[in-house]
Amino acid sequence: MIPAEFDYAAPESLDDAISTLSQGGDGAKLIAGGHSLLPLMKLRFASPSLLVSLGKVPGLAGIERSNGGFKIGAMTRHAEVAAESDLGVMAHAAGLVADQQVRNRGTIGGSISHGDSAGDPPTVFLAAEGSVTAKGPNGEREIAATDMFKSYLTTAVAPDEVVTSVYIPALEGFGWGYEKFVRRSEDWAMVGVCALVKSNGGTCEDVRVALTHMGATPLRASATEEALRGQSLSPESIAAAAEQAAEGTNPPGDLNATPDYKKHLARVLTRRALTAAIAR
Amino acid sequence: MSAVTDASAGPTPISGPIGRRMKRKEDPRLITGRGNYVDDMVLPGMLYMALVRADVAHAKIRSIDKSAAEAREGIYAVLTGEDIGVGAPLPMVWVPPGVEVKTPEHWPLARGEVNHVGDPVAVIVGADKYGVVDALADVVVEYDELPAVIDPEKALEDGAPLVHEDLGTNKTHEWALGGGDIDAAMSEADVVVERRIVNHRTAGAAIEPRGCIADWRADSVTLWTSTQIPHLVRLFLAGEIGLSEEKIRVVAPEVGGGFGSKLNHYAEEVLACYLSRHLGRPVKWLETRSENLATTTHGRDLIAYCKMGFKSDGTITGFHTKIVADLGAYYQLLTPFIPCFAAFVMSGCYKIPAVQTDIVGVFTNKFATDAVRGAGRPEATHAIEVMMDQGAAELGLDPLEVRRKNFIPKEDFPAEVAVGVIYDSGDYHGTLDRLLEHVDMDAFRREQEELRSQGVYRGIGFSTYVEICGLAPSRVVGPSGVGIQGGFWESAVVRVHPSGAATVFTGSSPHGQGHETGFAQIVAEKLGIEPEQVEVIHGDTDTGPFGMGTYGSRTLSVGGEAAGRAAMKVQDKAKKLAAHLLEAAPEDIELSGGRYQVKGSPDKGLPLGDIALAAYVPENIPEGMEPGLEETSFYDPENFVWPFGAHAAVVDVDIDTGKVEVSRYVAVDDCGRAINPLLIEGQVHGGIAHAIGQALFEQVVYNDEGQLVTGTFVDYALPTAAELPSFETDRTETPSPVNELGVKGVGEAGTIAATPTMVNAVIDALRPLGVTYMNMPLTPMRVWQAIQEAQGGGSGPRSTEQGRQTDEHGSGSAGSGPASPAEGGDS
Repeated sequence: MIPAEFDYAAPESLDDAISTLSQGGDGAKLIAGGHSLLPLMKLRFASPSLLVSLGKVPGLAGIERSNGGFKIGAMTRHAEVAAESDLGVMAHAAGLVADQQVRNRGTIGGSISHGDSAGDPPTVFLAAEGSVTAKGPNGEREIAATDMFKSYLTTAVAPDEVVTSVYIPALEGFGWGYEKFVRRSEDWAMVGVCALVKSNGGTCEDVRVALTHMGATPLRASATEEALRGQSLSPESIAAAAEQAAEGTNPPGDLNATPDYKKHLARVLTRRALTAAIAR
Repeated sequence: MSAVTDASAGPTPISGPIGRRMKRKEDPRLITGRGNYVDDMVLPGMLYMALVRADVAHAKIRSIDKSAAEAREGIYAVLTGEDIGVGAPLPMVWVPPGVEVKTPEHWPLARGEVNHVGDPVAVIVGADKYGVVDALADVVVEYDELPAVIDPEKALEDGAPLVHEDLGTNKTHEWALGGGDIDAAMSEADVVVERRIVNHRTAGAAIEPRGCIADWRADSVTLWTSTQIPHLVRLFLAGEIGLSEEKIRVVAPEVGGGFGSKLNHYAEEVLACYLSRHLGRPVKWLETRSENLATTTHGRDLIAYCKMGFKSDGTITGFHTKIVADLGAYYQLLTPFIPCFAAFVMSGCYKIPAVQTDIVGVFTNKFATDAVRGAGRPEATHAIEVMMDQGAAELGLDPLEVRRKNFIPKEDFPAEVAVGVIYDSGDYHGTLDRLLEHVDMDAFRREQEELRSQGVYRGIGFSTYVEICGLAPSRVVGPSGVGIQGGFWESAVVRVHPSGAATVFTGSSPHGQGHETGFAQIVAEKLGIEPEQVEVIHGDTDTGPFGMGTYGSRTLSVGGEAAGRAAMKVQDKAKKLAAHLLEAAPEDIELSGGRYQVKGSPDKGLPLGDIALAAYVPENIPEGMEPGLEETSFYDPENFVWPFGAHAAVVDVDIDTGKVEVSRYVAVDDCGRAINPLLIEGQVHGGIAHAIGQALFEQVVYNDEGQLVTGTFVDYALPTAAELPSFETDRTETPSPVNELGVKGVGEAGTIAATPTMVNAVIDALRPLGVTYMNMPLTPMRVWQAIQEAQGGGSGPRSTEQGRQTDEHGSGSAGSGPASPAEGGDS
């Protein structure tokens, strides 16, 4: 449980952080809350040569209203996100991340740019169709959620870029549900489902469903979405749509769940998340 | 919530310190971070040790290249099994008379062959704890791999690869204990229920991992080690490192949990001493969590083929169990004995005319199993109490009525049971009656019915248990009895200081139980002072008398009794001295309200302080009396003690996902007279949590290649408070006649009682769906699969990851009742 040797830098401005990261080359990694990276380092699954901390960079934390949605500083802790009830499903999901100690340290920017498909914030971010702002040596750019997650623990954020904020639309008119299935409350999701439903007089005007830990990245359950969009919302139509939640997924099996069991859970949890979304 | 009300047969009135709900004296220093654990200790010039461990389960070592590690800066030594001269292999102390136990030599470092993942092949010592871990990767070990033996039943098949070629077999030993005519008992039965009950492998998982520091100076060594048995570790070290016992000091500082996993003597303790001598510097080793899960003893891991015969009215005619116990690759201190300990309680709380337990031990390429909280008794109780419910279901009877019908009635105590042991005292109807005061069964069944109609599957499960504890007596457990090569008494010195305060030195060695509080209460009561004036010193071979340590729920009934007896000797002397000072006859002195006073003349009396001062300034003591006020007791009981109780769990099963939520857990335990109800509740809570952990969450899993899959707490699913309900606890008090305090043990009771309670509750919830039997751990996937199989027959996919070792099902019933769910095919 002792990591390999590494250097550590704690720049005090964003520009310094970006240049330190660039100069550090392939072995340099950003560290925010450290609750994804440090466990990997302690098990020596990751051995970065340089950690560039964002802890002393000003202006990266906090939640503000912006463009009809919310701009959440990348260094905002899960606990702070969870406490902002206006954030709806993102606040709810942030409150389900691991345990209180992790939520007090872990950050939304770190979670989304780490891109772990078993994490909760990435799935909600995908369903909400949010975006991140990333800044690198060549300036600042927006990355849409749909372009964000590339493969296992790999995102569209370049190695020399720093995610500075996460944008979550207000999701006006959407009801939401996030169902996380775990053996222990502190565990990563065995499977999780985020559902957003906009209904108009009992008809599904819009729907988004995203899946946690059902593949190498967070996934949209597009078959379910298509099955429900434009339909009248009833327990039957929801159940029928939820039956297609696992379509096209190829979840990895592990100690606690075979791929087939995970697909089954995805269907059950999708039904529950959709039901919750409509009730909300 | 904890609703403790004292006692069935009338609570013992509490006037003095005994029985007081006193907060733990240990806690202020522990919860303010002022405890002193091995990892807190730093000695001048200290070096750090780390071990290169096998990453394959079974292989010959072709070569070890340590040159790159040796060349690293700050590395002082890199040694292999060939380099280290140790006088004796690690001990295994069970030598049952007339039984051959095949015993492989177990050296601190592998010699030519590795036999499990984590087997140490080299040791590195260096200047800092980071550097030695970096150097591990520089030691290049080439292996010629051998086939790994993982499944204990396959290991017994002809032609199976052998873990130890030279022993010629994977069978370690056969051992049996029984009484009564088991064949006749089965033929008299109207129904014989058979199940294959798997009690899977678990980890001790103490929150403080193991660790030690050895400091060899000139011709003596001090070893600080996180252990339950410092005196025994010293004795073993003497042989291994070739140093006379009095030159070895072993200290157990604060120990952050053990659960049996530190009732042992490990390779690292020997290596640290050896290397400290070799290098002339103190050497520290601290286990990582992953090492703890891989190479600190595991528990359980046996398959019990159970056969229980019943008359149609529910009377048990006999209980026959054949156990296949997976012992791992080498033995630790008690490895082959642990499954055999189960046999001593295979009668349970019941009058069963014939009971037979046949045990086969098996080598596999895994780490050793050994004692984990309960050590054999949880396995036995699990088998008995699951079988009680299975039998009742097959007979169409109420499982509680079947239990009542077979209980040993309280007027039968002391009661000899079929296997030949004598239960000291008990009132099994009493604890079950008390339990049912907390659980309204009629209301529960109505609610259960109603909820089922809403699709909610709620179940209730029970177990009524008895356990054997207070390990002792030596003549039964020792070399010519059960065959453990040692004595099983406990020792105490009670030293009253000139001021009248006291220090107790105990051979018992705590790792979280609260000895400092409980022993202080006992001694304070016997001396007529307050517990705050009694300090308890433990765990240091240089300060107290030889002691056997803390395990087997023996602390209070053996160690506490020894402390009480030493204190009574002090009280006797204090009375004689008081009589002399008060000019009265010794037999006229009574201890009352903290004063040694003349009967009938309460104004003539002295507190202990005055008497102690007179003893230490001996100007006026009786002719022939020695000065001072200090006594020693070595206490070896005449019998074990037999705590018992009745537990109930209420669970809700989400049948769409298979997840089990425990909504209520109610425990009524009887551990004899209570010294401190708060300490009892702490132990009961911990024990239940431990057992719910095994029943629902925890499992040590090796894959088919012998790789440990559960190497961190991410995968080894230790539950937290969030997964557990608030426990409801209650007690009855049936004193033990074995010791003067009237006490029994309680540290393992929860672990012993709660796994069958949980399994019975889940099965009760799912019976309407056709689920009649399941093995632990009741993980969501396995529960869901069981429901699928019961409903549709084998549609549930099976985990390929867990393979056979996690083994889901019991064998089919041989009786007339409904069959167990069929083995589902792999998808």
